[in-house]
Amino acid sequence: MTITNEPGTQVAVPTELVTVIIDGVAIGVPKGTLVIRAAEMLGIEIPRFCDHPLLEPVAACRACLIEIDGVPKPQPACAQVVSDGMQVHTQYSSDVARLAQEGVMEFLLLNHPLDCPVCDKGGECPLQNQAMSIGRPESRFTEEKRTFDKPINVSAQILLDRERCVSCARCTRFADQIAGDPMLELLERGAQQQVGTADDQPFDSYFSGNTIQICPVGALTSATYRFRARPFDLVSVPTSCEHCASGCALRTDYRRSTVTRRLAWDDPQVNEEWNCDKGRFAFAYLQQGRIEWPLVRENGELRTASWPEALAVAARGLQSAGTDTAVLVGGRSTMEDAYAYSRFARVALGTDNIDFRARANSEEEREFLAAHIAGTPIKVEYADLENAPIVLLACFEPEDESPIVFLRLRKAASNASGKNVTVVSVAAGATRGLAKMNGTLIPAKPGQEAAALANLPQDIQQALAQPGAVIMVGERAASSPGTLSAAVQLSQQTGAALAWVPRRAGERGALDAGAIAGLLPGGRPISDPTARSEVAQIWGIEVSALPQQGLSGLALHDAVDAGRIRGVVVGGVELSDYPHQAAEALGKVDFIVSLENHHSAVTEMADVVLPVGVVTEKSGTFLDWEGRPRPFGQVFRDAMMGSDASVLAMLADSMGHSLPGAVNDLRAQMGRLGPWTGARATMGPTRASTTTDGVRLETWRLLLDLGVMQEGDAHLAATARPTVARMSARTAQAHGIAEAATVHGPAGSITAPVEIDDSMIDSVVWLPMNSDGSRIYRDLGAGYGDGVRLAAGTQAGGLS
Amino acid sequence: MSISESTRDQMREIAGRYPSARSALLPMLHLAQSEEDEITTDGINACADVLGITPAEVTAVATFYTMYKRTKVGKHHIGVCTNTLCGLLGGDAVWDALTEATGAGHNTASADGEFFLERIECQAACTHAPVMTVDWEYMDDVTPSSAVEVIEQLRRGEEVHSTRGPVIRDFEATEHTLAFPDDGLADAPSVDAKMLAGLTIAKERGMSGRDI
Amino acid sequence: MATPLTPVITEFWDRPDLYTLDGYRAVGGYTALDKALKMDPDAIIGQVKDSGLRGRGGAGFPTGMKWGFVPQGDGKPHYLVVNADESEPGACKDIPIMMANPHALVEGVIIASYAIRANHAFIYIRGEVPNAIRKVAFAVRQAKEAGLIGKNILGSGFDLDVVVHSGAGAYICGEETALLDSLEGYRGQPRLKPPFPAVAGLYASPTVINNVETIANVPYIVDRGVEWFRQFGTEKSPGFKVFAVSGHVKRPGIYEAPLGITMRELLDYAGGMRDGSNVKFWIPGGSSVPMLTPEHLDLPLTYEAMAEAGTMLGTGTPMLFDQTTSVVKAVTRWLEFYKHESCGKCTPCREGTYWITGVLEKFEHGHGTEGEMETLVNLCGQIAGRSFCALGDAAATPYPAALKYFRDEFEAATHTSADEQFDPVASYVFAGAGAR
Repeated sequence: MTITNEPGTQVAVPTELVTVIIDGVAIGVPKGTLVIRAAEMLGIEIPRFCDHPLLEPVAACRACLIEIDGVPKPQPACAQVVSDGMQVHTQYSSDVARLAQEGVMEFLLLNHPLDCPVCDKGGECPLQNQAMSIGRPESRFTEEKRTFDKPINVSAQILLDRERCVSCARCTRFADQIAGDPMLELLERGAQQQVGTADDQPFDSYFSGNTIQICPVGALTSATYRFRARPFDLVSVPTSCEHCASGCALRTDYRRSTVTRRLAWDDPQVNEEWNCDKGRFAFAYLQQGRIEWPLVRENGELRTASWPEALAVAARGLQSAGTDTAVLVGGRSTMEDAYAYSRFARVALGTDNIDFRARANSEEEREFLAAHIAGTPIKVEYADLENAPIVLLACFEPEDESPIVFLRLRKAASNASGKNVTVVSVAAGATRGLAKMNGTLIPAKPGQEAAALANLPQDIQQALAQPGAVIMVGERAASSPGTLSAAVQLSQQTGAALAWVPRRAGERGALDAGAIAGLLPGGRPISDPTARSEVAQIWGIEVSALPQQGLSGLALHDAVDAGRIRGVVVGGVELSDYPHQAAEALGKVDFIVSLENHHSAVTEMADVVLPVGVVTEKSGTFLDWEGRPRPFGQVFRDAMMGSDASVLAMLADSMGHSLPGAVNDLRAQMGRLGPWTGARATMGPTRASTTTDGVRLETWRLLLDLGVMQEGDAHLAATARPTVARMSARTAQAHGIAEAATVHGPAGSITAPVEIDDSMIDSVVWLPMNSDGSRIYRDLGAGYGDGVRLAAGTQAGGLS
Repeated sequence: MSISESTRDQMREIAGRYPSARSALLPMLHLAQSEEDEITTDGINACADVLGITPAEVTAVATFYTMYKRTKVGKHHIGVCTNTLCGLLGGDAVWDALTEATGAGHNTASADGEFFLERIECQAACTHAPVMTVDWEYMDDVTPSSAVEVIEQLRRGEEVHSTRGPVIRDFEATEHTLAFPDDGLADAPSVDAKMLAGLTIAKERGMSGRDI
Repeated sequence: MATPLTPVITEFWDRPDLYTLDGYRAVGGYTALDKALKMDPDAIIGQVKDSGLRGRGGAGFPTGMKWGFVPQGDGKPHYLVVNADESEPGACKDIPIMMANPHALVEGVIIASYAIRANHAFIYIRGEVPNAIRKVAFAVRQAKEAGLIGKNILGSGFDLDVVVHSGAGAYICGEETALLDSLEGYRGQPRLKPPFPAVAGLYASPTVINNVETIANVPYIVDRGVEWFRQFGTEKSPGFKVFAVSGHVKRPGIYEAPLGITMRELLDYAGGMRDGSNVKFWIPGGSSVPMLTPEHLDLPLTYEAMAEAGTMLGTGTPMLFDQTTSVVKAVTRWLEFYKHESCGKCTPCREGTYWITGVLEKFEHGHGTEGEMETLVNLCGQIAGRSFCALGDAAATPYPAALKYFRDEFEAATHTSADEQFDPVASYVFAGAGAR
């Protein structure tokens, strides 16, 4: 019963306590506590395999049998609820319990291969450990062990050694209860019982990797890690996930300066004990294809340069551009790095032309973020999702766009949790993800979300007016004019809390760091004199030296495209992430400095490329969608690469400005600034919805797609969802579409197999935004909500 | 082969019997087997489609129950109870005779696809041991020779009757019955002397359950 | 004086048309239903409680008490599920009841559903007996056509739908919670209790699960009354039982008699052991209950007396084996059965049956060791009381009992195979292997 003062946390209501006596020691525990948990509180460890605190009890493995006074047979501690005055005897005080546990352990080892020396789990194996504590020194079993072909792929990423399996069903229960992907099941019966999949449907769950982590034996292994290392040779560092704004706590394990694996780490407030496969498996990019040395363009070609030379060239080039400059920051920066970019732009370049939104965005969104999100404390947190009467989603597909939000909503909405939170989604169709959250669809054609939010059914409006109700808008709302205004209005009308869920890990931090035009750190409006003076003081400059409101978003793009911007600093941006022709515009810039760790379209046109470190080479902080800081330390302390902030500090130095680059200094500064308490910026006029005649495109990025940070992991990529064009049967029929559809946009077309989904409203086609065979900006020249033309497609093979 | 649309309709019909459609899965799998002579990926996918569950969930169920077969059964399923009582009272010898007569083994079909043999567990007919089943219809009190005679009659296409049940059809027909049990064959005589053993004595001796 | 036979459920089995509605009605069928529908449902529960009827599926739980556990007025749907998954080695009385007198079951289902306020009943019949399934389905259809099942049955305002459900081959589905999972379309693996089915059973709603014979008793109790019922049997084991006698007896078959009849009396009715043979061991009610020897033949076949003798009445379907039988082989075969039928959910049963079977097979081939005789006892102890459900307990039953009475045979099996100890042919009920 912890009582916290963290925002949003409610003080826990005292629960009825009961007293249970375990091995002679009494402890008061909340009514309904399981014996195994009560024993843990006393530090009494009872063996277990099937038990997992986040899964429903099954009492299948019987390893945790204990004796209870007055009960004739030993009982499973994992399923036995305590009662007041219950006298429990574990293996430490009861021969019945000890013998029962020893017997089960002997049975478990019967058919278990003695391959610990070559097993990934060896050294961190609950079976191995518990066999040492409660097992017999020698086996009495001399008959033939059960054998299976090994290993088999349950997915491209996950392998299964059935011989090692102890049928605890943690993996299958995880798949069903937590992920909602019952594609991994117990098959067969009795001694032949085994984990498996359907013949033609692999276990392609976004969360599949968790099964490896909770497997109490070495039955499940990943293609990435299998046979790569021994646990005791690894160094483990707690980290935070850089892949999205869900904010997972991770553990990064490395050996010889190479990351070998990542695990989900336990953070009950955020990711509980889970993470998604992207966070777990997508780390090849950290060590492959890195830019190792500064590069300077000479005679049209990039060549290796020394740091002093590259910095000098960069400084000269930027200085010659004067204040006709801009800074583009990728959405994956740490908050500290974003802060450094924010200060670099305003101080070293003297410009407010800065934007962290390397994606479709809008001025309405900028105003929304400035007015309602930037620098605000946590308003909605994970736990609130479980206690909400209703959670309304708009322009947000949690399973793809914030997978841990998805897991929490699924938990909140499941009957098993007893919470039965209502999930409602404003979208063009009811996705599988929505079904897994027992959600209801409020159909809206892309572009019409604002109208849908303004005209919600009465019962949903009433539910939103109940205390604790939550509205979650995704970053795609920027592509649907009026949606953010409508969400704000709905929130104000009903009192429901409003949360903005960006996709990328760095966006919320970058926003709060002021990496967007018009906003100084902490959500300070650049137009506000008090805000300006606060910042100027901390930054040690004259207020007058701070630039006036600059450009961001499309306006900045237009200025670049018109040749009005002569120097640009780009940090970690993929140009193909912009819906507009960003590469073409950037081509018109005189001088580009790129801070990057991998080659990209930006480095291809950059005049100077300054290599920077990846997350394992620096410490930093992400703010997750809640606004919760997710600090992480440096994994490789001897890393040669500096953070963006430290490189910016050197660059600033070359330009005659002294800016801090050390993470502690940056944090201290941000801390001193704190959040803005003055008058917030306000939103401009409400934007009207676009017209949405004809066929409209619904699209978002699948969790696993062609994202650059997923490069290099073929096993993971093989579990991605195949590209399909989703539409209603009527839409397909109306366009004479049967097997495949061709979607035409201004720039070209995409042909994909059709998936009929009758939850979808007519005249909408869904395509993945950035997947194999469907990169919609490049291939179609169209984005979310744009009009497209549909036709029957002839499938040209190749798409899988 | 694949599951036809009319079979899918029948699956939906079965699902309609239950307050929760998934309850229909066992009879639906019987129906799939009646169409395909085994449980195929196609049959599994059809059940999954109709019920809106994953193929893995159906596979989990299909592999749990012994009546669902993963290889073609062929025309007739022949079961011989080799559990303790039937086995020791002669079922073992019946089994040997049948494997020899058909060339099939446990859970495999004869080369001509006529007979699929299975050592089955207790068939709830211990009073009629040794028990054999043909397409799951009772062939009570068999001997090695009577069992082989049944096989030969079937091979010759002769009409064979269950000792307590209807005329023998084939495996697929029985599987269809398991999905749609009111199959019009309830009239077949199903009570024999052993079932009447006590009643016969009671009648002879004037005993009654009305009053003591 | 010998205990007389008391045909009640079996009284009219010699009528060729008994399985039809007309045939059943001709012998007084469905009069109990008329009576019941005019009674208060609670009064029926009370009557069944007063009758002392105990479950005929093996465990012997008082039926009326089970019905009484169902919360009334809870606003949830209630379900009656008939356990017709008769698969226990030796049990062969429910299937005959369904083939011969299906309407007794159907009438019992309607009355029981009315009593517990269930509007939906399911009869879960093991899939391997299509002839029982079709008979019951036929009876249900006839009852529907006659307005005995459906809306507003006989003007009582009571609605009932009855579904005949085919299983697919899994002994474990006789375990009531495994049966529920199976009936919900899942693998038939037992569920954690609590919650108990009476509170959260089928579709998480209050559910009564009764054996076929139990339900078939109900119409007779309602029709003829508690006093009539209680004149049969004993105080703790009232009523009569459809005994099915099998094995090396002269006239194996169905014998309905009061509980409390002795095995010797039943054996007498069955004509005694076959010529030149005598009882070596016998099992009162399915392979899951410990075996007994000739010295136990005079014990009354009641729940209490069998428990006192260290066994159980079980399904009340005695199997008798004569001196030609190899106990080693018999026990091995039963363990092979339990291994085959173990659902796999819990470790002791899944792994224990695997191990024990392997060791027993060595004994069967004459390769056991003295030490393994004790190891087996120990292994059975590691299963009994520690497995998830009673299947594990059952699997741990045959060997210790067999060792207790026939230790010498296991000792011999350390050097001589079962077939050498006992010529298998001698045990056949037909004339030798040459019966071909």
